[in-house]
Amino acid sequence: MGGHLAFGTFSYDAAHLLGGGVLVLSFVLLYQRRLTAVINTYALQAVVLSAAAAWQAWVQDAPHLYLTAGITLAAKGIAIPLGMHRIVRQLQVNRSLESALGIFPSMAIGVGLVTLSILVVLPVTPQAQTLTREELALALSVVLMGLLMMITRRTAMTQVLGFMSLENGLILAAVSVAGMPLVVELSVAVLVLLAFAVFGVFFFRIRDRFDSLHLDNLDRVGGMHR
Amino acid sequence: MIALLLPALAVVVTLLLALGLASVAAGPGRQGRLASRGSLLLCALGGLLAVVQLLSGAEASSLSLGIGLPGLPLHLALDGLSAAFMLLLMLTGAAAAAAALDDHGQYDSTAPFFPVFLGGMALTLLAADGFALVLGFEVMSLASFALVLTNHRDAEVRAAALLYIGMAGLGAMCLIPCMALLAVGADFTFAAMRTHPPEGWRALAVLVLVLVGAGSKAGLAPLHVWLPPAHAAAPGHVSALMSGAMTKIALYVLIRVLFDLCGPAQPMGWGAPLVLLGALGAVLGGLRANMEGDVKTVLASSTVEHIGLIAIGLGFALAARAADLPGLATLAFGGALLHALAHGMFKALLFLAAGATQHAAGTRRLDRLGGLIHGMPKTTALVLVGAAGLAALPPSAGFAGEWTLFQAVLAAPRLGGLGWQVLACVAAALMALAAALAASAAVRLIGVAYLGRPRTPRAAAATDPGQPMLAALAGLAGASLLVGLFPGAALRLLGPAVQQAVGTGVVGHVGWLTISPQADTAGYTAPALAVVLGLAGGLVYFIVRRWTVSGERRGPAWDCGFGDPPNWLPFGDPVTQYGGASFAQPLRRALATSLMQARETVDMPLPGETRPAHMKVRLRDPADQYLFALIGSWRSRVSHFADFMQFLTIRSTLAVMFCALLILMAAVAALEQL
Repeated sequence: MGGHLAFGTFSYDAAHLLGGGVLVLSFVLLYQRRLTAVINTYALQAVVLSAAAAWQAWVQDAPHLYLTAGITLAAKGIAIPLGMHRIVRQLQVNRSLESALGIFPSMAIGVGLVTLSILVVLPVTPQAQTLTREELALALSVVLMGLLMMITRRTAMTQVLGFMSLENGLILAAVSVAGMPLVVELSVAVLVLLAFAVFGVFFFRIRDRFDSLHLDNLDRVGGMHR
Repeated sequence: MIALLLPALAVVVTLLLALGLASVAAGPGRQGRLASRGSLLLCALGGLLAVVQLLSGAEASSLSLGIGLPGLPLHLALDGLSAAFMLLLMLTGAAAAAAALDDHGQYDSTAPFFPVFLGGMALTLLAADGFALVLGFEVMSLASFALVLTNHRDAEVRAAALLYIGMAGLGAMCLIPCMALLAVGADFTFAAMRTHPPEGWRALAVLVLVLVGAGSKAGLAPLHVWLPPAHAAAPGHVSALMSGAMTKIALYVLIRVLFDLCGPAQPMGWGAPLVLLGALGAVLGGLRANMEGDVKTVLASSTVEHIGLIAIGLGFALAARAADLPGLATLAFGGALLHALAHGMFKALLFLAAGATQHAAGTRRLDRLGGLIHGMPKTTALVLVGAAGLAALPPSAGFAGEWTLFQAVLAAPRLGGLGWQVLACVAAALMALAAALAASAAVRLIGVAYLGRPRTPRAAAATDPGQPMLAALAGLAGASLLVGLFPGAALRLLGPAVQQAVGTGVVGHVGWLTISPQADTAGYTAPALAVVLGLAGGLVYFIVRRWTVSGERRGPAWDCGFGDPPNWLPFGDPVTQYGGASFAQPLRRALATSLMQARETVDMPLPGETRPAHMKVRLRDPADQYLFALIGSWRSRVSHFADFMQFLTIRSTLAVMFCALLILMAAVAALEQL
């Protein structure tokens, strides 16, 4: 059965490695220049996340986390990326991306966000387990990076990918805290699936209307105009 | 018997408020008559009760009603101060109600608010806890707002009412926190507040809040901007009540808080803002009264001036009480109170007459009136009594009040300290200027509107109003004459209020016939002065009659040096008479160019054009320009910013949220590091 989650043990290191992997993939998402690469990176992040969840399930001896891992792998690692690729093919989306920020500023801001997360999380949780604390810091970083991606990218698809990457951070936080019930993860996962369905419909509608998924088009039809 | 006075007055207030509902039930067509008659009856009764209370020595009595908010029963009280203002309110209210009987049905739509307005003011006077005071004050504000809106089809009226309700809202926003600051724990009664007077920053906050909250309603500069348009917009009897009574109710709140609830231990400096703002308002109001072209706006501007004079008296009374100079405090407070009473009489009279004039001549504009003395001889005679008060001519009521105030201000350098001495000198000089301006405004009003020749056919066809209106005017003129001829007696009647506010009675200063600046010395003896003036006038009349030919004949009026009149106007064009704007011109050029930014532009037609030449005058109230324009520009900046935030793009909205989150987290992190 599972080992102790103490500093220096293998189970700690492995959990840390997987959580860190999710964060590194968030950085990778920030500087991708092609849409298909963004989707693939997102899929990879989901796979690493499901591995992290499975590892936590084994370490914490919590079988319901295996279910979480399975859902994550099936929905976010396989189904959603496949759907995205299909949308890209069907809508003939322009596959090169432009970002509001260059690579270096994005990376710098990302590092700043990670630092901020650590500075916030570590001091406010002194009585929790070491791993929980660090995983929470990692998860908060992933959430913030997802938000950053939503701001810096200009097309609807990358915004949705940013949103779902943000949600990966939430799952990471949920699985690394011992004792979190399955209901939370399940409801978050269902929410994301629904959101993906809605976004898919919106993509088609926006595309129909503007021949582009560029968000600046939406600002012109903001309803109330000055 | 005396113990029953407060319950009886409480019943009067309740009946006034109920009368509003009852007249709604009476239905349109009859509600105006019911509201006016009922108000007249109840006001007469209330006035009687107030007089009995004042004559019987004004023993303070209180009453706790079982109604009100849960855990906060209403407390009522009657003492010298509230009885003095109650007397003023009920006198003015009775006159206004009588005048409303002569309404020709045009005020019917808002008539139910009239008794409610009176009831709200009376409730404010009887209040003995913060909640009742605010309740009465706000009922008064809302009911008067509805009354101002009587002629709501006129866009100007709507604009004036909007400004008025805005200022009333500002007043409420200040008055409610003021009461909360004064409250002792959850105890809002005045009795508890008196035992724990505010200190330090709380005392300062109370001073500022009550100056804004009650001062804005009283028309204290620079918060007087609502007053001229609202008074002009309201029907005559309502503006009479607003100017004669409502501004005094606001002053009562000011006195109640500053003199009574804050206790006698406050510093001398508390009087200074009242003196400064009062002097500012006195000069500004007096100047504006000479510039405006609308009869009621002229009267309203003059109200600003008189409120300023009263505020100066109150300020010096506050300072003198703190400096332990009881004689000076009594004189200043007595003068302020006497002038408030006098102003309540003669200004209500003038506003009622302005309403009657508007009905008879179809306009309030000075440049369309004139010669009303021929068609409205009785009204004009009564207006002359009021205008004498406005101009502070002896032995009118206005003179008695202003004379007492002047004596107080001239004695004020005794307060000591260079600052107070300079302040007293400046206040005295500005008061003198204001009094002169008021006299000029009164002459202009009478000379342009009532004398001369009618400028329009409508003005030529004006007739005296009906019996109720004439009775109201005559009643106010009689009361005003009585106050003017026997100011000593009037001040003795108000004595309990002075005693209560400054701690010493008026007996040493005031005989039944005289008022003396120093105890037991010679002073102003109005009846003697009246006899001397009467004898001199009679002598002049006698000489004139003796040495001139008998009989009368009418010659052509002087036409201001214009050329031969055209054939179709054998006596010249009446419009070329010396008018309101011509009368104002010297003062406008001498004083208003700098004070009110007066600018004249002449629009001269080119040779060959047939249109007439025009001279346009633009005036700006400095309060409008420097205070309200500034606040307005801030407001629009804030709303532009809100607009900008509302129309951000999707990404910018997200970015704003993201930055807010980051700032919050950074703050948490920084706090953790400490």
